[in-house]
Amino acid sequence: MAHIPDGVLSAPVLLVGAAVSLSGCAYGLRQLATERIPQVALMSAVLFVAALVHFPVGLSSMHLMLNGLAGILLGWAAFPALLVALLLQAMLFGFGGLIVLGVNVMNMALPAVLCRALFVALSCSGNRRRTLIAAGLAGGIGVMLTALLVALALALSGQEFATAAKLVVFTHIPVAVIETIFTAAVISLLLQVKPEVLGFASTEMNDD
Amino acid sequence: MNTSASNSAPCASVSIDLPALQKEHPGEFRAREPWLARVDGRLRLVVCGLFALTVVGLTQIPPLLTALALAGCAAMTARLELASTLRRMAALDGFMLFVLFFLPFTIPGEAMFSLNGMAASYAGVLRAIEILLKANAVLLMIMALLGSMEPIALGHAMARLRLPLKFVHLFLFTVRYIEVLGREYRRLRTAMKARGFRPRCDPHTWRSVGYLFGMLLVRSIERAERILAAMRCRGFQGHFHLMTEAAPVDWRDYAFAGLSVTAACALIALESVHW
Repeated sequence: MAHIPDGVLSAPVLLVGAAVSLSGCAYGLRQLATERIPQVALMSAVLFVAALVHFPVGLSSMHLMLNGLAGILLGWAAFPALLVALLLQAMLFGFGGLIVLGVNVMNMALPAVLCRALFVALSCSGNRRRTLIAAGLAGGIGVMLTALLVALALALSGQEFATAAKLVVFTHIPVAVIETIFTAAVISLLLQVKPEVLGFASTEMNDD
Repeated sequence: MNTSASNSAPCASVSIDLPALQKEHPGEFRAREPWLARVDGRLRLVVCGLFALTVVGLTQIPPLLTALALAGCAAMTARLELASTLRRMAALDGFMLFVLFFLPFTIPGEAMFSLNGMAASYAGVLRAIEILLKANAVLLMIMALLGSMEPIALGHAMARLRLPLKFVHLFLFTVRYIEVLGREYRRLRTAMKARGFRPRCDPHTWRSVGYLFGMLLVRSIERAERILAAMRCRGFQGHFHLMTEAAPVDWRDYAFAGLSVTAACALIALESVHW
């Protein structure tokens, strides 16, 4: 539900979203070394694919958001990566819209950047358990922050969306639970197989 | 998250499999290309943005209906497949219904009908219809103008519009990797199926799919490293050659641009009329 379609939000919200996303993307791109483009593109592709994979939840299904994971792996580059993924989703699958793209990117990328900071602060390259907890937290918090931002964007666009905004937050709780476990699993595999992706030296982690 | 109706059957039938990413017939020979397909990519991108901007600003039903009709015409000109287009619009409307359902009850006004003692207002119903029309008009236009274009061609159009080169590269690489990743995903899923894995609603499933994505990342990152090495070997210095030649601007482009501007003006004129 991170894909808000066009026509729902009010002009001020759209402008703020566009401004934040534009600056985020500009900063992310400036920091991005040419050598890292293939890797960031890969994560973009993962973000694109993740929205198509549906998990069974109760009688219905929901798809992954993965912005916590994207944040951990990309940092500020999550902004351009999410812009590309959301643009492709809009044009190939009709998720979201065009004018609302700025808000949608902001809603997912801002939590991603925060998750990165959280992960860096909590994880510890020698302590596998702690790193996994940090990863799980980043995954879950990424989803919940996105849900809060979506709710905020709706609520600020008009009083009439208040009920829907509250529901958006509640319906994302199961997604957050799933992503907590999911992200921890992804990072645990990466730690074992390819720790250098996380910025950890590979020899250090092989010791424990 | 998506609580799509099409997937709302009990757990077992919900699939974590990937739907088809590619269009059904990539590169299929077409006797005659649609008229719209030969319009310059840059122009299509700009017009799509212009249309979306105009439509989002509209507030009255008649101009919005006109906008939807225009988008429908564009979709027909682009020869979009009816079934898949409708499916996508239905998926969008699945989300919309969730948000819009509450509008009639939360916007005060003259009551139209009541449900469980809550009065639904005319103003709320109108607002819901307005949003539905806007979202569908923009979506249809995106699919007609951009979705019908090869993503690579769109990347080149963005490069010619002088968007940052790094961004264009990111876009082009992503388009390529989505295909690679999709193939890899299916392969790993097959391996899981062969071992009797069935997605359920439990931590085991979430962890297993986490490992699946982790493995997907590892394999693809290694692939990306090899690609980078190969690119370096060939002297990559931060830009690609744009393989598609920019066709000279011809009468089609002028006609299309003229039509678009006329349509945008007409929409704005309709909006200013008091209905």
